[in-house]
Amino acid sequence: MADRKRFDVRALPGLSFMAGSCFVLLYLPILLVVIYSFNAGNTVSIWEGFSWRWYQAAWNNAAVQEATLRSLMVASIASVLATAAAVLAALATTRSRGFRGRGIVLGLINQPLMVPEIVTAVGLLIVFSMIKVATGYQGIGYVILAHASFCTPFAFMSIRARLQGMDLSLENAGADLYGTPVRIFRHVTLPQLWPGILSGWMLAFVISLDNVVITEFVKSAGQDTLPTYMLGQLRRKITPEINAISTVLLLISIALVITAYLAGRKRA
Amino acid sequence: MATRPKPPAVDGARAALLTPALLIVTLGALAPVLVIALYSILTPGDYGGVSWTVSFQNWLNVIAERDFLTDEMTLAAAHLEIFWRSVKLAFLTTLLTFIFGFPAAYFIATRPPHRRDLWLMLIMLPFWTNLLIRIFAVMQLIRNDGIINNLLLSIGAIEAPIQMLYTEFAVLVGMTYLYLPLMVLPIYASMERFDFSLAEAGYDLYAPRLRVLQQVILPAIKPGIIAGSILVFIPSLGDYVVARVLGGGKQLMLGNLIGMQFGELRNWPLGAALSLTLLAIVAVAMVIYVRTAGAEEEPHG
Amino acid sequence: MKTKPIIWGSLALGLLAGQAAAEGQLNIYNWGNYIAPDLVTKFEAEHDVKVTVTEYDSSDTALAKIQAGGHGFDIWIGSSAYVPIYVQEGLLAESLPNQMENFAHLAPKWVDVEFDPGRSYTIPWLWGTVGITVNTDMYKGEINTAALLFDTPDELKGKVNVVPEMRDVMGLAIYYLGGTDLCTDDKELLVKVRDLLVKAKENWISMDYSTLEQMVNGDYAATMDWNGPAMRARLQNPAIHYGYAATGYPTWMDNAAILADAQNAENARLFMNFMMDPENAAILSNFTRYANGVAGSEPFMDPEMLDAPEIKVPAEFAENTYFARTCSPEIEKIYSRIWTDVKK
Repeated sequence: MADRKRFDVRALPGLSFMAGSCFVLLYLPILLVVIYSFNAGNTVSIWEGFSWRWYQAAWNNAAVQEATLRSLMVASIASVLATAAAVLAALATTRSRGFRGRGIVLGLINQPLMVPEIVTAVGLLIVFSMIKVATGYQGIGYVILAHASFCTPFAFMSIRARLQGMDLSLENAGADLYGTPVRIFRHVTLPQLWPGILSGWMLAFVISLDNVVITEFVKSAGQDTLPTYMLGQLRRKITPEINAISTVLLLISIALVITAYLAGRKRA
Repeated sequence: MATRPKPPAVDGARAALLTPALLIVTLGALAPVLVIALYSILTPGDYGGVSWTVSFQNWLNVIAERDFLTDEMTLAAAHLEIFWRSVKLAFLTTLLTFIFGFPAAYFIATRPPHRRDLWLMLIMLPFWTNLLIRIFAVMQLIRNDGIINNLLLSIGAIEAPIQMLYTEFAVLVGMTYLYLPLMVLPIYASMERFDFSLAEAGYDLYAPRLRVLQQVILPAIKPGIIAGSILVFIPSLGDYVVARVLGGGKQLMLGNLIGMQFGELRNWPLGAALSLTLLAIVAVAMVIYVRTAGAEEEPHG
Repeated sequence: MKTKPIIWGSLALGLLAGQAAAEGQLNIYNWGNYIAPDLVTKFEAEHDVKVTVTEYDSSDTALAKIQAGGHGFDIWIGSSAYVPIYVQEGLLAESLPNQMENFAHLAPKWVDVEFDPGRSYTIPWLWGTVGITVNTDMYKGEINTAALLFDTPDELKGKVNVVPEMRDVMGLAIYYLGGTDLCTDDKELLVKVRDLLVKAKENWISMDYSTLEQMVNGDYAATMDWNGPAMRARLQNPAIHYGYAATGYPTWMDNAAILADAQNAENARLFMNFMMDPENAAILSNFTRYANGVAGSEPFMDPEMLDAPEIKVPAEFAENTYFARTCSPEIEKIYSRIWTDVKK
């Protein structure tokens, strides 16, 4: 029992195995997506040799490109809106004395989570159509607003969990030194909060990127996102063309991650 | 209460801070639900939509229906079966995502600080791939002629392919895969700032590893676990796409049943009543959560 | 703060992708992958109009959106079964395609149709049938029967897919049990239909819309299907054959119509006329593998389409069909109940 002291809390037994299988689980299907994007055949299940043809097809398919760019745009704007709103709301609900209606506020912000998508979708169709007819504006703003609203609770949960768990002594010290709330937030709270914001924003971004049902109901003419475009293809057939697009997106995001990582390391 | 350190006050600006979130959510999520609540007490229109006559028939039809031949009132067995399947699969999905997600979050949180964001990104990267594409990829894995079956066949573990696709198991696998990051991220967010020297201290006091985990680590990250469970449980309960593709459209979940009412079955009020029933189930789950987790609701310092 | 560049980068990328405005516009609301891209390019070039195609996945979603208003679509392309609903709800413009220049090209059979007598609202898009696609390597028996779906032979048990299109499945089952009317109100018969379907479902592997890939790679040995995917499947695997339910199978037609609240009605009229041109109809057929309603399009069609058994209905089954339509709300209500019991 003498070597008990050497126990490293970071290495619980079986932990690495489970964490490893978690990553395998996550990446195995993705690996398939990448492999089949190079399939010479027409399907995503029968391998018929290597070919670039689906990359060429995707490059020549304006509809897929437009839908992909539109998805990225909607996800970027909606996730940033949602995250910003969530940070403010999380501050208001954790860094202030309990107030009347706090339960209602929490319930309201989390409400989009509790409603099945199809319900929100039909409800939004009705509400937004009235606004569209009344104002004559049919732009992409409706889709962005809808996405921002169901992204908000995802960002909120992450950020609030982080704020709740944070050590208040630093913030209190800041307050004792007569720092203004804005300066305390900027220099004390925000740096500690950053992992929460990051995970909240990433959640919001991918949730928006994946949304099918609500977008399908809210979209007006010419507003197909990648998922609704694919939904339209579901009845006919999925070609490796979509795999090719996904692979390109994956490469771009890997490049972004590596850049961010290297940039972060230089500063550290 | 008087001894608790006072959090830096944002009381004055509270309303201003809450406004953006409440505005977005009210317009984009509350308003549509209110419309649906109204629709649940109207009469179905002939071709979808509603006609403006108040009727509570829809609420009755959630659990009971009149046989079209004998006109007898009977339990709506199909609805109850779908309710039960949805709750069961959503619960199991939450459990499975925790079993895989907790070690992953733990693993990331125990990496050196400057590497954690990178690991976090690695968890999220697969999710930059379109949801439908990922579901199709899972399909390729568990097909009869798919990778898993072929692997098991080649090592002689099985003699004939196991039918995994188009079963409840397939739906479970698909949802676990899809919602895994929703469990990992909140747990990570609350664990990342956990002081692991506390756990080491516990260990130095000769507490068994499991007890350290149970009594030191788990309570500290409970808010994250609860947030993760909610984030996974609720979308699983209302799932639409996974059941449609991996379940082969014959293992309906509540989301599919509701979708059908708003689609080909053209009974919007019944769809609305079923939706609100689903909301009620979620509300019950939330009450249980508030009861068990009430202590963590206050900020601790 | 190292993620900030990512956030701003993606934001900027997003804004760059904003839409460019064009002078002449046309917005089409269509099933997914149901228009030849070449056709869009050709129309754009001929008339200097920017065409935007937006896709839907379910007839009822499309109906709900068009009913709600504010959608921005000019042309709707959809099933004949829905045309009377659209007309009754006042959603279509009475655009009188029967007075357009190219109307004379329509095949006489598709002019005076039940759902739009004399064609005051719609023009034919494509038409086809619903049948049973069978992989004859996996099943050697008779394929021209709905028994493959409803009294599944042992060799096919657990290998049959049924496309979850409520009205087509109900119709096939009603005729299979000796019914003669798609919209029957014979409740005794409907109880039998329900019992048949609930029992038959135990032998189905799935109820899925996408069938092509699964047929080609052998996941399914047979499936209820439309004739278009059936032909695509055969071209990839010659063992795949398309069977007609001898007891009665549906024929359907999709149509194009101008919406009542179209903002580009004039361009929409140009497009309707354009689509009745035989050469253009043939381009559409070649892409989708379905027949069109324009006479004289044959010379422009791929040779393999002309004698395809999926498209040219064999003479012995030509009379065994019924035309797909929507039933009265009362009948549809009973259908819904049966369908819920089947799908659960």
